[in-house]
Amino acid sequence: MKLYFKYVGMLLKSQMQYKASFFMTAVGQFLISFTTFLSMVFMFSRFNSVKGFTFSEILICFSVVLMAFSLTECFFRGFDVFPRLIKSGELDRILLRPRNEMFQVLASDMDFSRIGRLLQAVVMLVYAFITCDIQWTWHKAATVVLMILGGVGVFTGLFVLFAAFSFFTIEGLEFMNIFTDGSREFGKYPVSVYGEGMLKFYTFVVPIALFQYYPFLYLIGKSENMWYMLLPLLGFVFIIPCYAFFRYGLRKYKSTGS
Amino acid sequence: MKKYISFFRIRFIAGLQYRAAAWAGIATQFAWGGLNILMFRAFYEEGSNIFPMPFDSLSTYIWLQQAFLALFMAWFFDNEIFDSIVSGNIAYELCRPIDIYNMWFTKNTAVRLSKAVLRCLPILIFAAVLPSPYGMSLPHSTGAFLLFLLSMLLGFMVIVAFSMLVHATAFFTISPKGIRVLATSVIEFFSGGLIPIPFFPESLQPIIYALPFASMQNTPFLIYTGYLSGAEALKSVGLQIVWLLVLWCVGKLIFRFALKRVVVQGG
Repeated sequence: MKLYFKYVGMLLKSQMQYKASFFMTAVGQFLISFTTFLSMVFMFSRFNSVKGFTFSEILICFSVVLMAFSLTECFFRGFDVFPRLIKSGELDRILLRPRNEMFQVLASDMDFSRIGRLLQAVVMLVYAFITCDIQWTWHKAATVVLMILGGVGVFTGLFVLFAAFSFFTIEGLEFMNIFTDGSREFGKYPVSVYGEGMLKFYTFVVPIALFQYYPFLYLIGKSENMWYMLLPLLGFVFIIPCYAFFRYGLRKYKSTGS
Repeated sequence: MKKYISFFRIRFIAGLQYRAAAWAGIATQFAWGGLNILMFRAFYEEGSNIFPMPFDSLSTYIWLQQAFLALFMAWFFDNEIFDSIVSGNIAYELCRPIDIYNMWFTKNTAVRLSKAVLRCLPILIFAAVLPSPYGMSLPHSTGAFLLFLLSMLLGFMVIVAFSMLVHATAFFTISPKGIRVLATSVIEFFSGGLIPIPFFPESLQPIIYALPFASMQNTPFLIYTGYLSGAEALKSVGLQIVWLLVLWCVGKLIFRFALKRVVVQGG
């Protein structure tokens, strides 16, 4: 754990070397999600609600997904840039060190400029909570926390899966973006909006709905089912097969030789 | 002119080699386009307010967008250009008897075009066979189609000319990453990449139409769907020409200014 913080400190310092660039990237990150937010505002200025969800309810959904995604991108970015480690042969060096390789990949890169996105998510969440009439209880507050944590779990699983694939393809796989970036982009609306089929897909294949849709229904009072509150925890279960696949890839790994 | 054509050819042919990547890209774009259409369907089902465009035109817009994504993508910048500026390799380029702006402009168009050529047909065919409101419809009229082709070409040039300005910022800052992210989000949004410009609030539309970003993908796609037609369509194409000339001139001037004071940092 101490080692991890050392890594964090180092990366933070190195990214602070280019302060202007760091700041602009953070602003850019903020703008990217802000323009997405604006486009939602524009849509809702014409249509008051979609599939029975109001604007502020949907904002909760969007900000939870965004928050989970940017936290994952900030701290688990090592897996996002993993193909680079394979291509450059950096991974061989990692394998030689007497520490867990998952840990080293995890700590190899972090991107703190994602704070721009995180900030946007926090602001939206606060705004949504103010405008939305939720009957607050301890259960519901816990639900919000679980939703975000579960989201980090699912996205981490996806990132690990993405990294694992690159053992076999060397290159990063563009189509994996459908699941990572796609989930962030389209996760801004509750997944039921996309129809019954997509809801099933997002429940059983890419379990976005586990933290974004079912607990959300409980949160806004559309469902009384208390179990929905705990579903995000299943998001962590999702990491297990992804991790297993990563281990499998690692065993098959042949260095590129460069 | 001949040397630029050969630059174009080299880049274009190199770009055509990445076929596996193209298939992956096609798969991604199907999914992306499909989900986008499903999202808009949910809004259209509400049916409470006025729609700026009919649902089948919107589907057409989205499929055109996916098919020609490589032409109009906002996030594509040539790393070679940034690298050559940051690393100082530009010194070699300066020794050559060519205009750097024109060369980079040509290379950028070649890369985008090669990507688009590989990707657009499967997507267009797939979108054309989809059932009616979700698929792509035929162009509004023959005249509209011809104007669409012209406008595509112009829009394509406008985005490349704009991206040249972004590339040029590398002359002034050593680490251009921030500006890239910023420019990307601005272009994406104002060119109608997230939601088509007709979905923007009425009061903002005149301003947004006047910006150079609307002259990128927005104009050709709206002409194709028939949203812009007649005199209005011609006016938008005229605006595209104006923006192309302005951006081109500004780009040339910035390059001239920057190259005069460029300091190559050893190496």
